[in-house]
Amino acid sequence: MSTRKQHIVVVGNGMVGHRFVQELLAVHSDLPAAGIELTVLGEEPRPAYDRVHLSSFFSGSSAEDLSLVEPGFYQRPGLTLRLNARVAGIERRRNTLQLADGEVLAYDKLVLATGSYPFVPPVPGSDRPGCHVYRTIEDLEAMQASGATSASGVVVGGGLLGLECAKALRDMGLRTHVVEFAPRLMVVQVDEGGGRILRSKIEELGVQVHTERNTVDITDGATARHRMVFADGSWLETDMIVFSAGIRARDELARQCLLAIGPRGGVAIDGHCRSSDADIYAIGECASWNGQVFGLVAPGYDMARVAAAHLAGSAGVSFSGADLSTKLKLMGVDVASIGDAQGRTAGARACVFTDELKQVYKKLVVSADGKRLLGAVLVGDAAEYGTLLQMMLNGLELPEAPEQLILPAPDGMAKPALGVDALPDGAVLCSCNNVSKGQLCAAIEGGAHTIGELKAATRAGTSCGGCVPLVTQVLKAELARQGVAVNNHLCEHFAHSRQELYHLVRVEGLRSFAELLARHGRGRGCDVCKPTVANILASCWNDFVLKPEHAPLQDSNDYFLGNIQKDGTYSVVPRIPGGEITPDKLIAIGEVAKRYGLYTKITGGQRIDLFGAQAHELPRIWGELIAAGFESGHAYGKSLRTVKSCVGSTWCRYGVQDSVGMAIRLEHRYKGLRAPHKIKFGVSGCTRECAEAQGKDVGVIATERGWNLYVCGNGGMKPRHAELLAADLDEATLVRLIDRFLMFYIRTADRLQRTSTWRDNLEGGLDYLKAVVLDDRLGIAAELEAAMAQVVDSYACEWRAALDDPAARKRLRTFVNSDAGDDNVVFVPERGQIRPATAAEKQMRFKGIAVVPETV
Amino acid sequence: MNARSASAAVMESVEVSAGAGAWQPVCALDDIWPDTGVCVLLDGRQVAVFRLADGSLYALDNHDPHSGANVLSRGIVGDLGGEPVVASPIYKHHYRLRDGVCLEDPGTPLATYAVAARDGLVWLHC
Repeated sequence: MSTRKQHIVVVGNGMVGHRFVQELLAVHSDLPAAGIELTVLGEEPRPAYDRVHLSSFFSGSSAEDLSLVEPGFYQRPGLTLRLNARVAGIERRRNTLQLADGEVLAYDKLVLATGSYPFVPPVPGSDRPGCHVYRTIEDLEAMQASGATSASGVVVGGGLLGLECAKALRDMGLRTHVVEFAPRLMVVQVDEGGGRILRSKIEELGVQVHTERNTVDITDGATARHRMVFADGSWLETDMIVFSAGIRARDELARQCLLAIGPRGGVAIDGHCRSSDADIYAIGECASWNGQVFGLVAPGYDMARVAAAHLAGSAGVSFSGADLSTKLKLMGVDVASIGDAQGRTAGARACVFTDELKQVYKKLVVSADGKRLLGAVLVGDAAEYGTLLQMMLNGLELPEAPEQLILPAPDGMAKPALGVDALPDGAVLCSCNNVSKGQLCAAIEGGAHTIGELKAATRAGTSCGGCVPLVTQVLKAELARQGVAVNNHLCEHFAHSRQELYHLVRVEGLRSFAELLARHGRGRGCDVCKPTVANILASCWNDFVLKPEHAPLQDSNDYFLGNIQKDGTYSVVPRIPGGEITPDKLIAIGEVAKRYGLYTKITGGQRIDLFGAQAHELPRIWGELIAAGFESGHAYGKSLRTVKSCVGSTWCRYGVQDSVGMAIRLEHRYKGLRAPHKIKFGVSGCTRECAEAQGKDVGVIATERGWNLYVCGNGGMKPRHAELLAADLDEATLVRLIDRFLMFYIRTADRLQRTSTWRDNLEGGLDYLKAVVLDDRLGIAAELEAAMAQVVDSYACEWRAALDDPAARKRLRTFVNSDAGDDNVVFVPERGQIRPATAAEKQMRFKGIAVVPETV
Repeated sequence: MNARSASAAVMESVEVSAGAGAWQPVCALDDIWPDTGVCVLLDGRQVAVFRLADGSLYALDNHDPHSGANVLSRGIVGDLGGEPVVASPIYKHHYRLRDGVCLEDPGTPLATYAVAARDGLVWLHC
């Protein structure tokens, strides 16, 4: 083997080009050691981003949110990413290519991942200002600029991308139209019946649909910027136009250097993704396999995997076409298409269910003998997608009465589920990431025992998420088969999970740990079950935590109503709702800190933490804080901590709503709420998001029309971006949804499980959460709201209660038989304040400064 | 000799001093709520005294060697495998109340002390 480096050049840094790099790195993590030099040329100014979710750019996501590239990914030896680098030509005889600026690069192997471009019908006027296409972030920015000065917009093209684009226009607040040449929407994926329901659902959402319209001219409008004239003589006026009438492979480089081209465009490739030149590969939407160009990301990812494997020397992997089944949510409408959706197979028979009241359409296409599923169309409800897809892909035999697969199940009856045992190991369950049942089973055997771990280990379910229900079924079946008892028992004292204990407490109306232990536990309890049960009791009944029957259950933090520090002292955090504080209150905090010699620090949640208080000092410190008008900040509890806010429309020139006011109202509503873990909120006054609400358990962001609600974000050890639960809410609806969300979390989460991990492990994912919180699928919304109302109504400041209760107050001491302090607590000065002395400093008997003047 | 047998002996005659050290009343029994602890300061020494719901009393060093802080009286008491323990509030090490052995690090047990209740008072021997 030669020691000369092999130079691989990738043209294109879109989703597929980036995936190729990932796949190659998966084979050769150390490129220099493998003798590979990899150069990636991207024409756009930014590295790969998620084009599938482009429309989320208009509902709050930023270009950074869409990025697919982990920071630092391209900074590794042997790998170079060059942006703004357009390739002008390929010289195959010399194995070189030329960049637009004239620079020449030599390659040993070339991978074309140039993607596609939007097709704009050759209509006069289609190049007028205010006419757009929908492909890149730059396109979106141009649309945004146009949208800002428009009242109405038209999307030309009623396919999958066109409807995504219509959502974008609607999100910008425009009167939105879709103009389609064919007689129905999504003509490729959906049949006539499905198209009809889809249309009426989309129109219900305020988008006007015009089918069988062939645009022949675009001229000046009378009431708007443009007039679109149709072949039948009718016309439509609009301020902006977006063309989304299909894509064309970007094969111009290949054509110019005379590579073989497919019959409908695209670089012709073989099963290894090689073009007619053995040194040049093509993958993704610029490639044509078997005469077919694939406009979906999954086949592109598959090609990236195959090309990387072949380049790495393994000829055993090949691309063999793709199943074009899709499931997506268009403006909240579920649409799915599986296999032969149109029933074109000879002898195919259909079985159709339509509910025009609920706007649901489902069709099965079955083989002539009625034994196999050939295809399906689902509109309005696509819950059966995963099951039906596997039946079709694996040729499973249909049940006796296949119609049961799509008919609504009578209340309380389970639908016939697809036995995952019936699936072969080779069945690909996650088509986005090409994960088979066999790979899932191997990962489960390797120790991935939760859905979160399984996702991390295999990537299954991490892209569109459609396969998560099936993946979960495989997980359960496999764990059962391997005899792994999934023990979710809280501890040795309770053979129940936290969720089960919560239900027992609620259903049986249990009010104390002793009752629960007597009925459902054994032994005396421990430092795991006691605080957990204390927390559940507080979530349900909100009794004072220092009542004699509850006090022994509390962690030191909850007992002394402060956060214990490494030296056994506590920190004191008064509540500062929304981070708003008057100068007088600031002074009051400063005076208390000074009087008791406390170290002060501003927290990340916009309040002030006072450190270094001994247990016996806490009642006096809090007495003074309460006298100054403060309440407990619950910084010690597994409970609502802070509602961080930006200054909002009151002062900020960009703000669109009063975020501080909202933050204060939310903090007062949920203060004191005990939960499986701490909860943080953020409220931002505009999309600039200065309160970082999308990194919080509950994030609220102001819009022109109300508030967007984000949930399950987290900073900390494992950052997680919050997800949009609902948009443009009025305050009453916002509060109602937060009530439901929080109580659903409190009811179902594990001990010490933040909302982010809870969400990652939630079967059914975001769709399920939306179904429960927004659509009340479980029929528990009223119950959740009532449970929250009980907590809100029974709020009391715990420090005030502790000081008002002589028995409880008496317990808040360092020594039971002395008023002295702990002489092992020693401070030394640092930067003008105190800090705990180190062990060495204590050894040297350096007793530091007298920081705790006795006050009476 | 463990703490329980010492307390049984002392119940008969609190006034009599047992071995080196002496019996001293340190607080009212009511000062210690069932299933909690308190810290007693005795001649500069900090002793954590626990009262369990069944009435039994235990006393051991208040100093948690794993954190270097005097905090054990503020830990949650319970049982592990039937053995009464206290969990340190700092890093959650468990110490057996009976003999001061740390379950996670059995090498150097904490000192334990005889303790008993009489006439509504808690008596400590150290």
